[in-house]
Amino acid sequence: MSTTTKPEIGIDRSVGDFRYDVNYEFDAGTGLSAKTIDYISEVKNDPAWVREFRHDAYRKFLEKPMPTHWASNDLDNIIFNNIRYYLSQGTQPKRSWDDVPEEMKLTFERLGIPEQERKFLAGVEAQFDSEAAYSNIKAAVGEQGVIFVGSGEGLAKHPEIFRKWFGKVIPTGDNKFSALNSAVFSGGSFIYVPPGVKVKHPLQAYFRINAENFGQFERTLIIADEGSEVMYMEGCTAPKFETATLHSAVVELVAMKGAKIQYVTVQNWSPNVFNLVTKRGLAHEEAEIKWIDCNIGSRLTMKYPGVVMKGRKARGEVISIALASDGQHQDTGAKMIHAADETTSNIVSKSISVGTGRATYRGLVHVPKHLKGCKNNTECDALLISSKSRTDTYPAITVRGQGNSCQHEASVSQISAEQIFYMQQRGISEGAAMSLSVNGFVNDLVQQFPMEYSVELKRLIEIEMEGSVG
Amino acid sequence: MPQVKHQMNAVLDTHDKETVANWPEWFRDQQAAALADYEATPAPTRKDEPWRFSNIAALDLTAFQTAGPVASEGRLINASQGLEKFSAKLIFGNNVLVHQDTESLPQGVVLKSLEVAARENEELFRTYFMAQPVELGSHKYAALHKARLTTGAVLYVPKNTEIALPIELFHWVEGENASVFPHTLIVCGENSKVTVIDHFKSSDNKRAFACGVNDLHLERGARLTYIAVQDWSRESLAFHINSTIVGRDACSTALNANFGGGFVRGESLSRLVGEGSRSEMLSLNPMDGQRQIDQRTLQDHIAPHTSSDLLYLNALDDKARTIFAGLIKVGKSAHKTDAYQKVRNLMLSDEAEANSMPGLEILADDVRCTHGATAGEINEEELFYMEARGIRQSDGRRLIVNGFFQSLLGRLKSESLRVYLGRMISEKLGIRGRPDY
Repeated sequence: MSTTTKPEIGIDRSVGDFRYDVNYEFDAGTGLSAKTIDYISEVKNDPAWVREFRHDAYRKFLEKPMPTHWASNDLDNIIFNNIRYYLSQGTQPKRSWDDVPEEMKLTFERLGIPEQERKFLAGVEAQFDSEAAYSNIKAAVGEQGVIFVGSGEGLAKHPEIFRKWFGKVIPTGDNKFSALNSAVFSGGSFIYVPPGVKVKHPLQAYFRINAENFGQFERTLIIADEGSEVMYMEGCTAPKFETATLHSAVVELVAMKGAKIQYVTVQNWSPNVFNLVTKRGLAHEEAEIKWIDCNIGSRLTMKYPGVVMKGRKARGEVISIALASDGQHQDTGAKMIHAADETTSNIVSKSISVGTGRATYRGLVHVPKHLKGCKNNTECDALLISSKSRTDTYPAITVRGQGNSCQHEASVSQISAEQIFYMQQRGISEGAAMSLSVNGFVNDLVQQFPMEYSVELKRLIEIEMEGSVG
Repeated sequence: MPQVKHQMNAVLDTHDKETVANWPEWFRDQQAAALADYEATPAPTRKDEPWRFSNIAALDLTAFQTAGPVASEGRLINASQGLEKFSAKLIFGNNVLVHQDTESLPQGVVLKSLEVAARENEELFRTYFMAQPVELGSHKYAALHKARLTTGAVLYVPKNTEIALPIELFHWVEGENASVFPHTLIVCGENSKVTVIDHFKSSDNKRAFACGVNDLHLERGARLTYIAVQDWSRESLAFHINSTIVGRDACSTALNANFGGGFVRGESLSRLVGEGSRSEMLSLNPMDGQRQIDQRTLQDHIAPHTSSDLLYLNALDDKARTIFAGLIKVGKSAHKTDAYQKVRNLMLSDEAEANSMPGLEILADDVRCTHGATAGEINEEELFYMEARGIRQSDGRRLIVNGFFQSLLGRLKSESLRVYLGRMISEKLGIRGRPDY
């Protein structure tokens, strides 16, 4: 297949492209200063230590340079002074579905969270802009002693658990954007699963941005106590805006001895969003943390979910799918820090670059001295759809001492012209053939997503690929 | 981190007038500019991506001085033993050409010292000498090299000329804190074929500083096999900055064997500028003690239908440390690129550290690029197998490491090269007798 005649692939973003006017009760205005932070602290009625934490983080944010010496220069296009750091309709999360305003219900409907779905979901923590607008935990989960609330409510009502782990997995000064989040965070989830409790249904939260120039800085902390199991799902779509929007979340996971956490993300921000997220988990002895991460939207995503394997036989896993379309840069990857014997980690990343899209894999694997029996496996596969697409792979692997094994493999290829021809011969249109081929490329990873997501993902890929050939 | 001075005062201040005077005036101007460039370029920090994981403290040049004359040229000439059969030999000792044997070269082949070529083959010199910008991090040190260069080797192989036996170049350093600036410039004319071995050696155990650059140019259809056997003393600091430009249908095979050096920074760039060109980049690094090697590579695919294949092998004993950062870059129009890159680290001790950063940057879509990095240890079953046959564990380990490196030599077409390097590997690993190939 000639590379010059290859059809361009555009994306129909109208699916998530809608917004409703919302009257905000609290608005911190644009720009960031110590005053903004005081405003947020007051509105949220923060305890003194949180206020101090925010101010300290703000100082660190100012000190930290933009990481453009290794990251995309596009970061320089974020004008911090043009961003709104806090918008809210009120500080109390809504408890029952009836309390949720009609127009928001409409928004959720379009996102695919019909009211009835509550029956299937253990609890829905839907974030509408900064505050959790709706939060309903199914009785069964509550009875098991599981805490599933907004992060604000978490720090107010469960300080003994919250404070112990908050900011411990990802220190404030980890990077410029984790510092920013720590200074202005609002919203996000706090989950505590008591020892031995296995949460049957995935816990879900949907996040949306619905105001121009408004950054979301949610903060999520999930603690799975000894021997417990939990799956958390986060999905995002966002309406289209003309000016850049910043999204910078911090997600911390703590898996105590023998616990299992799976964190699933489907990111589909509109193509003007900077999505700069820090996600890390701490896995104690024999614990397992698995990040399942799919990035489809945004202008620039920088996200490298990590696992610190602190206890013997802990296990970390990152499954990552990135689809970079015209004008998008998906800079994703994984970090695996082995800090105990016999810890194992696995990274599987697949990316697809379409049109002028650019997909980057950045990885870090660290095995320090005097550890035995650590294993890492990394596989990165990239698919390039058109001659203007770009893909990069930048792993860094440090191994100290013998008795450990690390392997990294990466490959880059394009859609096989023969495959497309074969399918066309059998009456399948070129677009459908392309989408089948791409779906085949990511199929084994898509299957690792929970059922609802994998169906949704397949459909999304189909839509994105099919609408493009013509 | 200790404050490190990167100025090399002694080396820069002392000007050996005799050797400098050999350069033509126009090149001395270039050297003055290079010196200014060196001084104006900030010293690297670990925050610079090309120096990530590196050992910046090792780059302290304050102690080093200009190398004086060697004690005995005769001794160096006698010690310059490489292959049994060779077609020509140049020997440099402390930045001076001490021996030249070029009589059996075919007609038209130019093999002479750099400063002579700068006068007699000015156009060739101006076209190819350090024509590539240094892109992998050591721009500052390449500028120092140029500023302090006194001599080096130039090889020009004319069109359709084949030199059957290898050409050997020896670069010696001698004396405490002596500095040498070896340079090798090779231009292979259309459809020519040649093998060159660069030997880098210390004549004593003293700490030295070597800052070498080579430029390899392959014109259409040329075949070049280039072997660098680096065996500086174990305390030495060395830079080896290589660039290879491969023209249409040409094929380059380069092997860097690093047996010596305390901290060695190697930068190898292969640029595939002509359709159908191919570059093989190989390296074997038996590392022990506190020795460190920091290698940065670039496989730069510019033209379509090009291929490159990189294989770097490290064995790390004691407190040795390796850094490998490789990048495959496929330009917008380099369709049908086939690129491969692999680094393998064999960990032999609990104190060793291997850092691998295999990278890809792909801007064309019709390509096949693969890279891999592994770190692992000796298979216990293999050791047991040998022990069961009466081979002591320590010997067994050595044999396995030997086999690990010998496997790479299969990439070389010439048997005499395989035998020579194979013997050298075994010797360095303390294995007596001819190993089984």
